[in-house]
Amino acid sequence: MGLKSSLHQLKEKFKGTKMAPAFNALHTFLYMPNETTKHGTHIKSVDDLKRTMNTVIMALVPCLIFGMFNAGYQHFAALGTPVDFLSWDALWIGIIKVLPLVAVSYGVGLAIEFLFAVIKGHEVEEGYLVTGMLVPLIVPVDLPLWMLAVAVTFGVVIGKEVFGGTGMNILNPALTIRAFLFFAYPTWMSGDKVWVHGAVERAGTTDAISGETILGSYAQNTDVAYSLSDMFYGFIPGSVGETSKLLIIFGALFLIFTKIGSWRIIISTIIGALVMGLIFNGVVDAGWITGTSKFYGLMSVPFWQHLLIGSILFGAVYMATDPVTAAQTNKGKIIYGFLIGFISILIRVFNPAYPEGVFLAILLMNVFAPTIDHYVVQGNVKRRMKRLQPKTV
Amino acid sequence: MGLLSKKDTKLITDPLADNNPITIQVLGICSALAITAQLKASIVMAVSVIFVLGLGNVVISLIRNIMPSKIRIIVQLTVVAALVILVDLVLKAFAYELSKELSVFVGLIITNCIIMGRFEAFALGNGPWRSFLDGIGNALGYGVILIVVGFFRELLGSGTLLGYRVLGDPIEKTGLYAFGYENNGFMLLSPMALIVVGLIIWVQRSRNTSLIED
Repeated sequence: MGLKSSLHQLKEKFKGTKMAPAFNALHTFLYMPNETTKHGTHIKSVDDLKRTMNTVIMALVPCLIFGMFNAGYQHFAALGTPVDFLSWDALWIGIIKVLPLVAVSYGVGLAIEFLFAVIKGHEVEEGYLVTGMLVPLIVPVDLPLWMLAVAVTFGVVIGKEVFGGTGMNILNPALTIRAFLFFAYPTWMSGDKVWVHGAVERAGTTDAISGETILGSYAQNTDVAYSLSDMFYGFIPGSVGETSKLLIIFGALFLIFTKIGSWRIIISTIIGALVMGLIFNGVVDAGWITGTSKFYGLMSVPFWQHLLIGSILFGAVYMATDPVTAAQTNKGKIIYGFLIGFISILIRVFNPAYPEGVFLAILLMNVFAPTIDHYVVQGNVKRRMKRLQPKTV
Repeated sequence: MGLLSKKDTKLITDPLADNNPITIQVLGICSALAITAQLKASIVMAVSVIFVLGLGNVVISLIRNIMPSKIRIIVQLTVVAALVILVDLVLKAFAYELSKELSVFVGLIITNCIIMGRFEAFALGNGPWRSFLDGIGNALGYGVILIVVGFFRELLGSGTLLGYRVLGDPIEKTGLYAFGYENNGFMLLSPMALIVVGLIIWVQRSRNTSLIED
């Protein structure tokens, strides 16, 4: 156990100094902490923050691996020289394009976490472990790395550290990062050129390739080139890790089974999206919207297909369920999730400038989550007060 | 310091730092968000407010003893409105493009809380000279923040300063743009002004912890 003892010695050496939290974090990241509590309540659960975070990361790894293969697969498919999905060629593109995104996301984010821990003199918090994995999965594959670094800096500092660090943030840090990228560098975050590796640099040349997403095609009332099974299995262009609905469903089951993710939020988000989709279908069926309208394409999508296109499922499973920024009460979770799904589809259909509104909807509901909780708790108090009142006078 | 006594100097320096109208009193935020996307507009706005608040404070201070207190708000509004119209007309005459850019925000100086706030809090109870200094001081404090925010928003958002391409040409790909740098479009949107003001507040309160409220 050379590493363990040398880490332990390093930690002892820096004990009491400003750098103590940084070395402490390295030590406990790799090994169980060797301290035991001396007094007060002794907590024996193994479900600490680190374990929770690792569970979510395990649920995300399949999406990441699929995203790496898909990055290469879409690249070669768009070039006109398709390769097998599970081929070395496809994976290689994924390795050189996706892994740097992961490395930058973790490198920059953890550096800031360490910096703040050292300045503020508290332990390094594990909160960034999941954020760092989510971020590369929700950005386009060709995003320049320096933009990601700037956005991660912004998201971690403004989205989290100014509120007091892990557990105190109002907004989901991963989505704050994505929102920053979306508004700061829109040419790299939307349109039909960014979703497939190589499309940006070829734009305007004779061998230009297009990687229009399904949402983009619908929004422009053009035909969609992908079959339903492609959408379900995820062989479509999109952000790195959100295309495979199958793997997201596996991840959701895993999170629900381990009781890390709230099934209330996941289910109610899906129901909210379906309800909004049904309303739009009804509007089309009633003949209020015809083929000449620019909203026709997305409004006439069968309501259940909204779940297969875009990132609504990914958002529902991995983003909306963030225990810090979601509503805390059970009834509140259902309202919170329902509104996320509802608003996501609303933005998707009515705002062609933001073809995918899931991240905006979740950020909006993050802001309203405390309000929802407040009214749920007040409602409960009121009901019990009524019960208290004497039945007979 | 023959001209300014120590107490008078404080009237000017206080609002620049520890009693800044934007970062401490959080007044005048609307205009700080709306017009700071460009440095030039920020500077013009700062100068206009210095003019309006400096003169307005003097006028209010001069008439404070003959003004019935029941109608003082309406009188104050009339004074500001007159001064703002003056500014607006000057801008229209000599800087038409800029005046179009600032659009309604010149007119909205009338509703800038800093101005009414200084009238009520200072000019009504002090002589003209001290009111003048107080007006200039507070408007300078406002202007400094506006210019700092405008500086960062224009530099990072458009890559220019006062219209000059200091970072290179984004279309010709010269300067920083040759290395793949791109302008940050978020900087041009109002929310980012709020965040920049927030960062200034953060820096200021970390340097002087006595400013932190519980």
